[in-house]
Amino acid sequence: MTAVIETHGLTRTFEVGDISVHALRGINLTIEPGDFVAIMGSSGSGKSTLMNLVGCLDTPTSGEYVLDGERVESLSKNQRAMIRNRKIGFVFQGFNLLSRTTALENVELPLFYDRQNHVRNHRQAAVEALNRVGLADRLEHTPNQLSGGQQQRVAIARALVNRPAIVLADEPTGNLDSRTSVEIMSVFQELNAEGVTVILVTHEADVANYAKRIVGLRDGRIVRDVAVTGRHDAAKDLAALGQREELD
Amino acid sequence: MISITRLLRASSRSILRNRMRSLLTSLGIIIGVGAVIVMVAIGEGSQAQIEANITSLGTNLLLVIPGSSNTGGVRQGGGSYKQFTFDDIEALKREATLVDGVSPVVRSGGQIIGGAGNWFTSVYGVSPEYFKIRSWEVSSGEFFTDKDVTARRKVALLGKTVADQLFPNQDPVGQNIRIRNIPFTVIGVLKAKGQTGMGQDQDDVILAPATSVLYRLKGDRRTASIDMINASAVSSTQVDSATAEMRTILRKSHKLIEGQDDDFTVRSQAEIMQTATETTKTMTLLLGSIAAVSLLVGGIGIMNIMLVSVTERTREIGIRLSVGARESDVLIQFLTEAVVLSVSGGIIGITLSAAVVAGLNKWTTLQPIITPNIVVVSFLFSAFVGIFFGFYPARKAAALDPIDALRHE
Repeated sequence: MTAVIETHGLTRTFEVGDISVHALRGINLTIEPGDFVAIMGSSGSGKSTLMNLVGCLDTPTSGEYVLDGERVESLSKNQRAMIRNRKIGFVFQGFNLLSRTTALENVELPLFYDRQNHVRNHRQAAVEALNRVGLADRLEHTPNQLSGGQQQRVAIARALVNRPAIVLADEPTGNLDSRTSVEIMSVFQELNAEGVTVILVTHEADVANYAKRIVGLRDGRIVRDVAVTGRHDAAKDLAALGQREELD
Repeated sequence: MISITRLLRASSRSILRNRMRSLLTSLGIIIGVGAVIVMVAIGEGSQAQIEANITSLGTNLLLVIPGSSNTGGVRQGGGSYKQFTFDDIEALKREATLVDGVSPVVRSGGQIIGGAGNWFTSVYGVSPEYFKIRSWEVSSGEFFTDKDVTARRKVALLGKTVADQLFPNQDPVGQNIRIRNIPFTVIGVLKAKGQTGMGQDQDDVILAPATSVLYRLKGDRRTASIDMINASAVSSTQVDSATAEMRTILRKSHKLIEGQDDDFTVRSQAEIMQTATETTKTMTLLLGSIAAVSLLVGGIGIMNIMLVSVTERTREIGIRLSVGARESDVLIQFLTEAVVLSVSGGIIGITLSAAVVAGLNKWTTLQPIITPNIVVVSFLFSAFVGIFFGFYPARKAAALDPIDALRHE
């Protein structure tokens, strides 16, 4: 099976005044389709920089990056915009939904920027995506009418609507309480079970334990790359939480 | 390419999201476009009014007025005006083929006594042809004739204003008036003509035989002369040739040799109209450009609000970029918003100006006219304002870095 992500010696250096900050110092990372990878590290470890490179929001200073069979490290801005549109679905910590815009329209947004118009019926595709995250009954709600967990589900639906090669989630549970966090992780686990490749950036070990594989970063280098032993099942955790609440 | 209907829908949605702000932003354009159209309409209206007034002076009118004479290459001052004589009139009547009416005009005036009291007005000494040349008609009585002119009879026709002032409640025909203490008999009253384009009352006048005015009112030989000649060309297409013909005849009559300047000027109505319309055109331009400045200010208002909007919506721009919007998509989105704002402001401004013009027509003496040209021009101008002033903020939005934009609080 060909890898969906393959990087060789990826570096990223920022020039701040006269000082060069080496955020990434040579990342070699391979991710197979259907994997569920948690990228971990403390702040300053370079995980956000890696996330921006993997998400084609930024270009590496040097190194190779193959995404879904395409070399993307030296693409132009417009080409990167197209890659983001076709191959990557973003989920952010702060949800990043358009305010005063319905869930349905938020999910339709990526289709709006698809120049080849791969999806004919935008509405239908958006409804299907919202269905997958369990929000079929909240189509016309605007973000301020939805709970945090529901907003994050809308964001996940938006990430899925273009059928991307990878879903890239940056601290998706950072703004949520623990119970809702488990709910969101169960959504990711379900999607992963259906074959969606998920890359999760987090600094919480609890959250990382829902993934299949953990990649640890420190000072711009990969220091750990292990399969998760004793993987948590979010659905079971959720059921347990429910029982405990009943006992209380 | 992103479909235009989706683009318009998206931009009108974000405009409607801030109704009050959008309305205030458009207000600059609404007032600007409205002001331009109303101002230009007022200018066009007064131009049309002046043209109509000049036409009412009499068709194909030619005026011959004295110019200053030259003696030995020295242009003499205003006092050296060479006036006209009855010989000039006779020469024109005898020789001109393209002119079908010639009348002297002798200007006088002063305190008129008669009937109810006094009235100060102008008295023009003319020949019977004058009535046709200047399109005068009588409402009662009759015109004087060539016989009256030859006999220097002391008869007079009163303009409507003079008749109303001197004889408020009776028919003046047959009554006596005294002009500068000389008694004249009223033989008719002229039909009202109203005001000229310059606001002059054309009916505040007394017409009498030229000879009577010249020899009985202005007895002084030294100053007594014909002030002006009025004539009419046989048709409006012959005005220029008639002008040339009159010039030749008058030069001969004044014994001017080759190379000597004319000591008179022949002015056609077209020339007078041109002068008048040029004046109003200048006025229209002036009013229009003042109004255009307000349109410009409206455009700056749009730029201002769009810049605020770009800062406010930095995160939204980040989201759009992250899901695959290109820089050009963001640029077009913000540009479309600016253009939709300014164009809808333009449309409202046009509607509003139509209402204002209708109101002016109904309740004031102004008669503004909206021409299709100015509507099209100001509409296009408002669209241009949107593009011009929307471009910089849109460019700024498109140049945002997606990573920074997403992190923006």
